[in-house]
Amino acid sequence: MNNPIMPVPCEILSVKQESRHEYTYRVKTDIRPKHGQFLQLSIPKIGEAPISVSGQGDGWLDFTIRSVGKVTNDIFRKRAGDTLFLRGAYGNGWPLEQLAGKHLIFITGGTGLAPVRSLLNHCATDPGFARSVRLIAGFKNEEGIIFAEDLARWQKCFQTTYALDKDEKAGWRTGLVTAFIKEIDFHAFDADYAVLIVGPPVMMKYAGLEAVACGVPEEKIWVSFERKMSCAIGKCGHCRIDETYVCLDGPVFNYQQAKYLVD
Amino acid sequence: MGYLIGKGEDAAFWAKLRQDYDIYAPKRFPKQGRFSDTDIIRYDRVESGAEIVFDEKSDYPAKEVLTPICQAILYFTEDEYRASKASQRPILLFMRPCDIHAMQHQEKIYLENGGVADLYYRRMRERVHIVLMECSEGWDTCFCVSMGTNRVEDYALAVRQTEQGLLFDVREDALKTYFAGQPAADFQPVFVEKNSVSVTVPEIADKELLLKLKEHPFWQQFNGRCESCGACTIACSTCTCFTTRDVIYGDNPAVGERRRVTSSCQVSGFDDMAGGISFRKDAASRMRYKMLHKFRDYKARFGDHHMCVGCGRCTDRCPQFISVTATLEKMAAAVAELSSASK
Ligand code: SF4
Ligand code: SF4
Ligand code: FES
Repeated sequence: MNNPIMPVPCEILSVKQESRHEYTYRVKTDIRPKHGQFLQLSIPKIGEAPISVSGQGDGWLDFTIRSVGKVTNDIFRKRAGDTLFLRGAYGNGWPLEQLAGKHLIFITGGTGLAPVRSLLNHCATDPGFARSVRLIAGFKNEEGIIFAEDLARWQKCFQTTYALDKDEKAGWRTGLVTAFIKEIDFHAFDADYAVLIVGPPVMMKYAGLEAVACGVPEEKIWVSFERKMSCAIGKCGHCRIDETYVCLDGPVFNYQQAKYLVD
Repeated sequence: MGYLIGKGEDAAFWAKLRQDYDIYAPKRFPKQGRFSDTDIIRYDRVESGAEIVFDEKSDYPAKEVLTPICQAILYFTEDEYRASKASQRPILLFMRPCDIHAMQHQEKIYLENGGVADLYYRRMRERVHIVLMECSEGWDTCFCVSMGTNRVEDYALAVRQTEQGLLFDVREDALKTYFAGQPAADFQPVFVEKNSVSVTVPEIADKELLLKLKEHPFWQQFNGRCESCGACTIACSTCTCFTTRDVIYGDNPAVGERRRVTSSCQVSGFDDMAGGISFRKDAASRMRYKMLHKFRDYKARFGDHHMCVGCGRCTDRCPQFISVTATLEKMAAAVAELSSASK
């Protein structure tokens, strides 16, 4: 009998420390997730958690995890040559056919940058994919900044706004990402655009409302939900909101549907 | 065709059945109840009909056989995960109509949702042969008739307890041999056609109304009452939610087992994520989540039935005497109020 929750061993090719708390693991695998899909990662002593894929290539993929909180997990002791256990990919991913060739506006809060990182990199390496890219990325504070190297790189090819919620930082803005949405001239996009919003639930809610208030039609807005997931195959119930299972029907939703998904 | 398995003359019958089947049924555990000197009736393996409790409703549902409260699903070492093994022996599972319907409701989630079947549920379900325990009149908290779960057509065996012994209706051919030579008896199970409690599940017309219902102030009363203990969902015939947990055997974090443990949306922290994000932080919103799943969301996803089978076990188990039918009535009143306001 097929066991859909069986993790598969993947060899770690490299571990890269991105910042004080973040590590990117590159593992050898044939899993080829779509942008915005996720995997279930086995974390020693804890169990499984969904992780988004931050990059991928032929025979490998990257994911980035943070070592925060009181317990530093044994996963952070793993080195190249060790084994990690993964299963997936799960979820729907970003609707690429509806994004290709358009002006893309990414609005992210905190670790919400992870689920769009591979898509942003795709836009950066394949300039023909999007007509233009606008990125508004907000973080709670300096400590909370992730993918610093990418942020610096994207600054060169995209129009970017980086912000910290309350603190000052040279070259950065101060304030919540929702405050910067109105600076975007959506009319200039000639209706040929899409807005992607990812971040904590409260941030997504208000960013969505603000975008709508700025005249963005709901069907042009896409969000990606993050939820606790024990199974990722529609059995455990943790990710359910009404009749929707985020692990099966999401994590990416159009705003027309997402606005009704109240936990 | 029916048979009578006479009281006191049944030892050989059960011995033969036991050779080929594991028999699971509601069984009495003396003095394990909630209050002093009360018993608990829950599912367990039984040796014979004498151990089966026929004249009371079990405190806990048959799902405890199909989906154990805690089970090892995978064993892991440094370099591999292995699925736990399971017995192949067929099971005769004694269930009342509500529990049989509950199993069918759970199948929608475990076997069909997302187009993949869960291995652990499937391999257990495939062992189960249904033995319908006839309910003559139900109990005071039952509302199976309202939920459409009072009748069952499909079973391997049906059974009724009488003074003389157990009457069986035998439907599954493979089971007929066990009854050969037993006295024939006229028996067809009857079904409860009326409960002392009845409910009408409100129709929630659209998503706008659903949003308003979620915000309706009536849910707030549960903040003072519900202890968020989760007893209702543990006792629920249909609740399926679980969490996975890894247990390490010794010092080596890479050697241990992954367990599936029943979990409850009524307990705080059900959906907490690393990074400090949590959902439904008070008892009111958790009650709302449970009630809407039972009486709207499940049906919205799977079609025909609501998730609740009207067994009343949640009401029976609640330390705060929160009644599911009374709560449903309040919800219906809120829906009626919101619907008329929006007209
Ligand atoms: S919600 Fe209550 S009455 Fe309905 S199936 Fe669950 S325990 Fe039984
Ligand atoms: S409704 Fe009753 S049984 Fe359920 S969590 Fe609340 S107090 Fe516990
Ligand atoms: S993560 Fe288990 S149902 Fe979605």
